[in-house]
Amino acid sequence: MASTPVPGPAGLLTCAGLGKRFGTHVAVADLDLTLQPGEFVCLLGPSGCGKSTLLRLIAGFETPSAGTIHLGGADITMDPPHRRPVNMMFQSYALFPHMSVAANIAYGLSGLGRAVRQARVDELLRLVRLDGFGPRRPDTLSGGQRQRVALARALARSPQVLLLDEPLGALDRALREETQGELRALQRRLGTSFIVVTHDPAEALALADRIGVMEAGRLVQIGDGASLYERPASRFVAGLLGDVNLIPGRVLGREPGGLAGLDTALGPLRALGAADGEGVIALRPERIALARAPSGDEPALPGQVVETTYLGDRIRLHVRMADGSVWRVSAPADAESPGVGESVHLSYPPERAWLMPAAT
Amino acid sequence: MRALDRIALILGLGFLYAPILILVIYSFNASALVTVWGGFSTRWYGVLVADVPLREAAGVSLIVALASSALATMFGTLAALALDRGGRFAGRRLFTGLIYAPLVMPEVITGLSLLLLFVGFGLDRGLLTLVVAHATLGLGFVAVIVGARLRGLDRSLEEAAADLGANPARVFATVTLPLIAPSLAAAFLLAFTLSLDDLVIASFVSGPGATTLPMRLYSQVRLGVNPEINAASTLLVGTVTAIVLTASWLTGRRGVA
Repeated sequence: MASTPVPGPAGLLTCAGLGKRFGTHVAVADLDLTLQPGEFVCLLGPSGCGKSTLLRLIAGFETPSAGTIHLGGADITMDPPHRRPVNMMFQSYALFPHMSVAANIAYGLSGLGRAVRQARVDELLRLVRLDGFGPRRPDTLSGGQRQRVALARALARSPQVLLLDEPLGALDRALREETQGELRALQRRLGTSFIVVTHDPAEALALADRIGVMEAGRLVQIGDGASLYERPASRFVAGLLGDVNLIPGRVLGREPGGLAGLDTALGPLRALGAADGEGVIALRPERIALARAPSGDEPALPGQVVETTYLGDRIRLHVRMADGSVWRVSAPADAESPGVGESVHLSYPPERAWLMPAAT
Repeated sequence: MRALDRIALILGLGFLYAPILILVIYSFNASALVTVWGGFSTRWYGVLVADVPLREAAGVSLIVALASSALATMFGTLAALALDRGGRFAGRRLFTGLIYAPLVMPEVITGLSLLLLFVGFGLDRGLLTLVVAHATLGLGFVAVIVGARLRGLDRSLEEAAADLGANPARVFATVTLPLIAPSLAAAFLLAFTLSLDDLVIASFVSGPGATTLPMRLYSQVRLGVNPEINAASTLLVGTVTAIVLTASWLTGRRGVA
């Protein structure tokens, strides 16, 4: 019998108009998210922004107040957790303390024969480089080893989507960076779609194909790391992804190339972006060029160095501008860097400055 | 100050335990007079073993304690689960209060009201009414002990099990139950000792042919204390102490079942 494919929403996992309220508190509001097969998406935001609630909605631990969740064309909005082909790795790892590592990993494999199950457990232990750890108890493992057991257990059922709640949050810094690379490589090799919740922008940039930024229960912007960093939709997104100078102004007009001209407290400045009326220029510290004398570049904004911080590969300078505001500038660390008290001129390529609406 | 603290502690403990210690010492008295030390002897333990009514009473106490604490553990655990997992259902506070009330209710009140209930239902007083009454007594304690363990349980463990495909029954059997098992055992043992110790409620609800050990001891004391009572009491104290120590050891253990 020829069956016509169900005209469901495109993508592997689709959340449409998803909302969750706890009493009067809105945890997730009107959220649309589409995940492609094999995609690695990071949900980024401060604690309490609703990113963990969104993960729990997808896993089935919370019932949405509004909206639908589709997986592979099927509506799973009301399915209980044990019937969803998604798995979750918990922030606390949630390893069963009364079972061995092997029994933990095999927990989701009931219904398979003993030999098949054993082979799968061995395969997963090899995958996370824990061969021979099967008989151990979780409380005899280090934090990094427990993290890998949790990952192996969550992967055991070959989920279509793997949900990871702050998977590296409990690891120390050195181990976290090493594990980021492993997690990324593992995801590429398996081709499983990952949704990772994190509050660490550097982690999101290092891991994700796309980053979804959440603020107060809403998905305020989603895109690849570069587009979020270079073209943030709001002050919130701009500040979340890294250090930024924000310069308010009013849009006066547009050049043929698309550059907008603004009237600011520092005089006329130019930036790229579609906003009109009141706007804010987001200017990254490393885009700013520093010179002791006007170099001929436009604009040439005079200022005075008030603070320098040596960071090894870079020098971070605080420069007081003509209007009293302080700009942060990141310059290469070389001997010619100006010291505190010196007068400097700042310029930037206007196409690397991003204009956002002021209201956000 | 330090010395004073120590003296206060010794006096306090002495006040609590000296009478029990004297009882234990005099159970090894060779003399037939309770207050006169006649040398060390175990003869009263021999008398005790030969005392058929007392042995029968001990048997009744044991059966009642086992049956009632099993019932109390079952229903107390269900109550604790409902209160911890039932969400915010209507009357939850009231239910919590109702579960905890027997803990502070004077035993005379509990005994009297149970007696009225059994009489009202036309139940013959005996072993059955004793078991029911003691199960009621222990239920609240079980709910408190198991409830504390449930609240301390990391909920993500059960969510992880569900996430890995386990239906609610399997989650309970393979994750929840093993993790709260120590508290179940502790609760069972406490309910057991409560039943074993109880005199007041038993006096109200038991009938002919169902005399518990404390009832038997009490009636014998009224006829005059003899060292045999001391010996029986010493065995009772020993049993209860062993059980309470086991229970506190079980509740003290964390995490691994």
